[in-house]
Amino acid sequence: MRTRQTVLSALAGLTLALTGCGESGPDTASTAADSDSNGGNAAAEESTKAGTPAVDVTAMLESSLEPRNGVGMDRLEQSEMQVTCSEVGGANPGGEQAEAIRAAAKAGVTYPEDGNYLGEWEAGETIAQTGTGMQYSDNPDEPNGGNCYACHQLDPEEVAYGTLGPSLTNYGQRGTSEQMLTYTWDKLWNPHAFNACSHMPRFGDAGILTEQQLKDVMAYLLDPDSPVNRKQ
Amino acid sequence: MARMPRLLTALAMPLCGLTLSAAFAQDDGTFSEYREMFGDDNPAVFVIDEGAAIWTEARGPEEVSLEQCDLGLGPGKVEGAYAQLPRYFEDADRVMDLETRLIHCMVELQGFDRDEITTDPYSGRGETDSTLEALAAYVASKSEGKTIDIPQSHPAEKQAYKAGEALFWHRAGPYDFACATCHRQDDKRVRLQDLPNLTTADGARSSYPDWPAYRISQGVVRTMEWRMRNCMRQQRLPMLKVGSEAAVSIITYMGVNANGGTIAAPGLKR
Repeated sequence: MRTRQTVLSALAGLTLALTGCGESGPDTASTAADSDSNGGNAAAEESTKAGTPAVDVTAMLESSLEPRNGVGMDRLEQSEMQVTCSEVGGANPGGEQAEAIRAAAKAGVTYPEDGNYLGEWEAGETIAQTGTGMQYSDNPDEPNGGNCYACHQLDPEEVAYGTLGPSLTNYGQRGTSEQMLTYTWDKLWNPHAFNACSHMPRFGDAGILTEQQLKDVMAYLLDPDSPVNRKQ
Repeated sequence: MARMPRLLTALAMPLCGLTLSAAFAQDDGTFSEYREMFGDDNPAVFVIDEGAAIWTEARGPEEVSLEQCDLGLGPGKVEGAYAQLPRYFEDADRVMDLETRLIHCMVELQGFDRDEITTDPYSGRGETDSTLEALAAYVASKSEGKTIDIPQSHPAEKQAYKAGEALFWHRAGPYDFACATCHRQDDKRVRLQDLPNLTTADGARSSYPDWPAYRISQGVVRTMEWRMRNCMRQQRLPMLKVGSEAAVSIITYMGVNANGGTIAAPGLKR
């Protein structure tokens, strides 16, 4: 555990920023009262603040959306993490709630049975560049993308990168110790294991990427030959 | 009248007297260069004309025009109406945005079947604009330069804002995305596309007033509800129905946050 903590500290500036810590959240008092989407009686309750009925967002979405091309209404069912993280908006929840989310996320991580974490960085690059997957407009027979470039800088020569997450250029300079491998795997599998209300998708936990795809993304991040780690 | 692909038309024909007051706050390098080629010209001008023609044409089973449609400022008053939408309409007892109200008028005045006109309300990429798109472009253009002044006096209008705000922060689906995932911070971007912070007046005013907008990449005018449908698609959620409570609520939330801004629609987007 001590080793894990050290690695975490070393990476804190890089990876924990993924969730945008420290930004101001919404009017949490208001949204917390409004987002009781799991409770059936939310709409019947009067909000004490604005004098208008509380909002049951899930019920509103159920009447406002319709299934399409295999994307069904089951996607509206919120997990406990989603409920909590909706209520706090862009902020982070308090200690016990946050700890419960982190612990559940960590407990759910599945590691490669063969103990090998690194695939092919070339395949990982394709996954990082691909933004499709799980939309009703996508071909469900095509593999999902990871769309890493939507939010992160990676290969310094790729200019079309987003800035919602931190730059991951030279991510591999930290080496490929067991700690780095499992830390990075955990982060890709379920980033809520570290930051309770991370805004990054749960690429492993939610079944967005396959185990092999995750290995390929790992190689893209960590392989010394990957363009992510090319010397500048 | 068969039309040339509008992009070609716009490039081939010099357009005079059309000025766009759009504050293009979301430039990216390539796109701004591309847009410079257009100068003050926006191919949406053809769609506006088409919408104006549809507005005055006797259509539907009742064979009447939309000229008696009340967009909030009284029957037939189009000028400035879009700058005050969404709003509460007593005759429908609900808050309606522009598209919801247009559909309401097509059903109630012209006798169209609601399901028929809402099943496939938007055109495909590169196709001719749909009726709803043309009407939205026309009505919005009649508010160009007007100050956004979306009312929040009726309890239903306050409720729509509150529902939109709750929806904005609501995380769901396999990717755990909310509107807020991309639109709660200043100066962020996805790939090269700048993202407005829709929780602030400045951010909302930098994007809301441009819609409906001519999308260069698609060759048609796209509406605000079309944009919301695609945001939810990218959130990996099912398809947003036109005129639905969620659509009206999220547009009310953004629109009220943009109050005080100036309508610059139809805008020009990448």
